[in-house]
Amino acid sequence: MARTKYKDLGKKTVEFYGQGIKNLQDIEIKGRLIVIEGPDASGRSTQIQEITTRLEADGHAVLNTGLKRSELVGRGILEAKRDYNLGRKTLALYYAADFADQFEYKIIPALQAGYIVLADRYIYTLIARNLVRGLDRTWCHNLYGFAIKPDIVFYLDVEPSVLIHRVFQKNSTLDHYESGADIGLSEDMYESFLIYQKRISQEFHAMQKKYGLIPINGNRTVQEIHNDLQKRIDIFLQRIGHQ
Amino acid sequence: MTTIKPKIASNRSDSSMKNESRGKLIIVEGIDGSGKSTQIHLLEKWLAYKGISVFKSEWNSSEMVKEITSKGKKKGLLTPTTFSLLHATDFADRYERNISPLLRAGHFVLADRYVYTAFARDIVRGCNPEWVKKVYDFAIKPDVAFYFKVPVDIAVDRILIGRPKLKYYEAGMDMNLSNDQYESYRIFQGRIIEQYDSLAESEGFTIIDGTMNIEEQQNIVRKKIMPLLDHQTSKTRIRR
Repeated sequence: MARTKYKDLGKKTVEFYGQGIKNLQDIEIKGRLIVIEGPDASGRSTQIQEITTRLEADGHAVLNTGLKRSELVGRGILEAKRDYNLGRKTLALYYAADFADQFEYKIIPALQAGYIVLADRYIYTLIARNLVRGLDRTWCHNLYGFAIKPDIVFYLDVEPSVLIHRVFQKNSTLDHYESGADIGLSEDMYESFLIYQKRISQEFHAMQKKYGLIPINGNRTVQEIHNDLQKRIDIFLQRIGHQ
Repeated sequence: MTTIKPKIASNRSDSSMKNESRGKLIIVEGIDGSGKSTQIHLLEKWLAYKGISVFKSEWNSSEMVKEITSKGKKKGLLTPTTFSLLHATDFADRYERNISPLLRAGHFVLADRYVYTAFARDIVRGCNPEWVKKVYDFAIKPDVAFYFKVPVDIAVDRILIGRPKLKYYEAGMDMNLSNDQYESYRIFQGRIIEQYDSLAESEGFTIIDGTMNIEEQQNIVRKKIMPLLDHQTSKTRIRR
């Protein structure tokens, strides 16, 4: 496929999931927000690196963001996770604060400046984690009413049984929280991981329609997934170019 | 591995709580200097004197959140949204660990400030009112909510008489109301009162004129609490 380069993505207004934020109501953005969701070790960061390289080669300015990286609470979250006495709502709000900080200080300014923001996870992972922990669906949705709707959201769907091998290749140990060990699914950590990831995956499937998530078969090789993602992003950007 | 445990239909503690016997939640609201803390203190002493098991919950930050908020506050990094969410985190921590379990165990809980403090403050800072209320909708509605209403100048004079050192966010300096911190504080508190006044009806506040004598106010407070008490003492008696 011939690569067409676009200098300008065009201006657009933002759309919020809920009431939004007062001083962002009428802003125009020149960039676009692309989100890649998926569990730990699903290969998100590798994909994001490759896509970033390609988009930059095509002349786009790209900003990578992720969860847990805000200047405000980023470090605190790691400490809080060690304190397993924290309630589920407390933790949910904590993550929301962290996300909001990045959203207002990184994502929005970059979009206004014309960057393509490649987000390594967005509100959906946070919502899925909350839902698996038994929080109310409507409450979780409303909580993120200040967030804007991305232009495109991919979800790397990986079978838990495949995922666990990738986790071991990456870390050699299972993460307490990512195995759902905080919610007592099983005494056995291995089993707990499989159950937890299965539930997360179920929540993503349930959210698919409401939030327009595009599932990407993540059981394939890195190259296969990349080709799939890149093709979809190219088509998306091409469509903008023609508008 | 094929055995996957069936998904639990509902493990929400909040929905189960409504059906259980529970304690009583009494809260006081009003701006600084409205005299609400004095009143709740007297109420606590009275209830304790009557042999009722009573706990007081204050609007203080937990250690965990304090560290983060103070860091953000020092750097002046907080936006209305993050300010709101961090304080909601703090409240949720207090609610999940302290207020909710105490109520479920059947105790009297007296809260010096509750979600309405957050509503008023966040709305003044420009957060969407609907959103703020939804964020806090996990918190149970109090049995009685007292609002100590005092003209802004009286309350602010009570606070500012010693020319205390006000904190940046406390004085509302982040809203550019005035370059003078005391003037900024005065305007900020005035706006908080406007919010309390508009919440008073929809939230069913019991309004108390905070300019009356302390004893007079306490009398009204106790009269209002009396009906809750009969219920509680009879139950306690049965248990014995």
